[in-house]
This record gives sequence, C-alpha cells and structure tokens, in this order.
Amino acid sequence: MLKQIDVRGARFGALLTTFVLALTLATESWILALWQTAVFAIGATFGPARTPYASIFRALVKPRLTSSPTFEDERPPRFAQLVGFLFGAVALVGVASGISLLFTLAIAFALAAAFLNATFNFCLGCKVYLLLVRAFKGNKASEISLPAQVK
Amino acid sequence: MIVGVVLLLATGYGYWYRHRDGRVKARAVTEERLRLDQSEIGSLGERATLLQFSSAFCTPCRATRVILSEVAAATPGVRHIDVDAEHELALVRKVGVLSTPTTLILDNNGYEIARAVGAPRKAQVLASLEALQ
Repeated sequence: MLKQIDVRGARFGALLTTFVLALTLATESWILALWQTAVFAIGATFGPARTPYASIFRALVKPRLTSSPTFEDERPPRFAQLVGFLFGAVALVGVASGISLLFTLAIAFALAAAFLNATFNFCLGCKVYLLLVRAFKGNKASEISLPAQVK
Repeated sequence: MIVGVVLLLATGYGYWYRHRDGRVKARAVTEERLRLDQSEIGSLGERATLLQFSSAFCTPCRATRVILSEVAAATPGVRHIDVDAEHELALVRKVGVLSTPTTLILDNNGYEIARAVGAPRKAQVLASLEALQ
C-alpha cells in the first residue's frame, strides 16, 4: 500500500507556505527563505506529513475540523516539496552571491506554485514531471518495454 | 507590490487552469489527424478505446482511472488502457502528451476523436462516445 496523507493537512501546509513565501518576498528576508527552504527539505526527504506545518495542522487545526478526512498518495505533494526546495536553494544562492534578482524570481515562482496549490488544488507534479522526463530521457527504454503492454 | 503582481498572475492562470482542466475536446476530422495502431497500445476496443497517460507524481491520475474504468465497464465495446507515460516515451512523443493525466478517446480504427488534459469530466466522455454511433 502506498503511503497516504490527509488532503486537508496538505492543503493547510500549502496555505502556510504561501503565507511565509509572500512574507519572504515582501521583506526580502533571507532568514525566512532559509526557514522555508529547510521546511521544503524536510517535506521532500521525510514526506509532507513530517514538516513543522503538518505538526501545526495536527495540533491546532485537525481537532477543530468536522469534515471527515480524505486521503491521497503522498508522492505528488512530496515531489512538489522537492521542486519547492530547488527554488528555495536557488533563492539562497541569489542571497549568497548578491544577485537579488535571482532571489526575487525564485521566491516568486515558489510563491505562485504554493498559492495555486492552496487555492486551485494545482498539481505541480502533473505539469512538470513528464516534461522533465521528456527533456532528459531518450526513447530507448520505451521501445523495449512496449511488448509488456500487450495483454 | 511584487507579491500582489505574483498573486494576481497566479490567480489568472488558476482560473484558466480550472476552466481547461478535464475538458474533453473533440478533434477535427481531417486527413492528418492522429491514428494509433493496435501494436502501439496493445489492442483497441471494439467500439472505442480510452487511452490514459499517467505518472507517479500525479494526484488526479487516480480519479481519472476510476472515472474511465467506470465508463468502460458501463459501455459495451469500450476499452480502458492506462499507460505509465514515463515508460512509454516514444508513444508520449508521438501523441504529444505534455502533462498527466491526459486521456485520448480513440474510435474503433484507432483515430483520435477527442482528448482531455486533467481528470476528464465523465459526462463529456460519455457524450463523445455517444457521438461515435
């Protein structure tokens, strides 16, 4: 059985992430960027249910919710955490090298993705993952695997 | 200021995304429309084939699987095939799949009659199958 997470918790996490990233962008604070990048790193490594935001959800939000939980595969949100981490890392490189445009662009993209996830249930992995595979992988593997499809 | 611009752009994209997501779009009947052969996808349904492209990091792929298998079970002659896009890149490139889930509706000869990006709306899938007859 694949690992499942509470959809409501994932949505709450995206909301908090949106808030933190908006604040990061407005204040140009590298400390906030570092914090959010660390949260993304935890989410990508241990899963979105292990981040501080998920802890806040369990402690403060979940007991007050009346709706019954729905569960989803944790891999897509985990992938989104990894993408978030990469943007956060780029932003921090921007800080370290003094290129503030890099910081602004990276945080802006991460903010847009987190916001879309929180409000429109946007699936980042759906849009990005296949494009990456297409860009970096040739056709060879598929030609070998095709006969396996025939039933 | 910049936060406002980013959120505004993202909202615009979000509404466009919501509008387009899951919409079953009919393909024009032209000479150069896409046709898939039996050998490329295993086998075709007697009446139609619902060809789904999925990937691992895709939440709506599961919902799509449920919707399409229900349609296939309820409609005689309709076959549902779920392909792992990552492992069928030649097919993915030929068909022009950019994101998952993407669903192609093929007629009995393998011609693409409609396509949906995102979890397809069940009523629209049924409607395009109905149009086949």
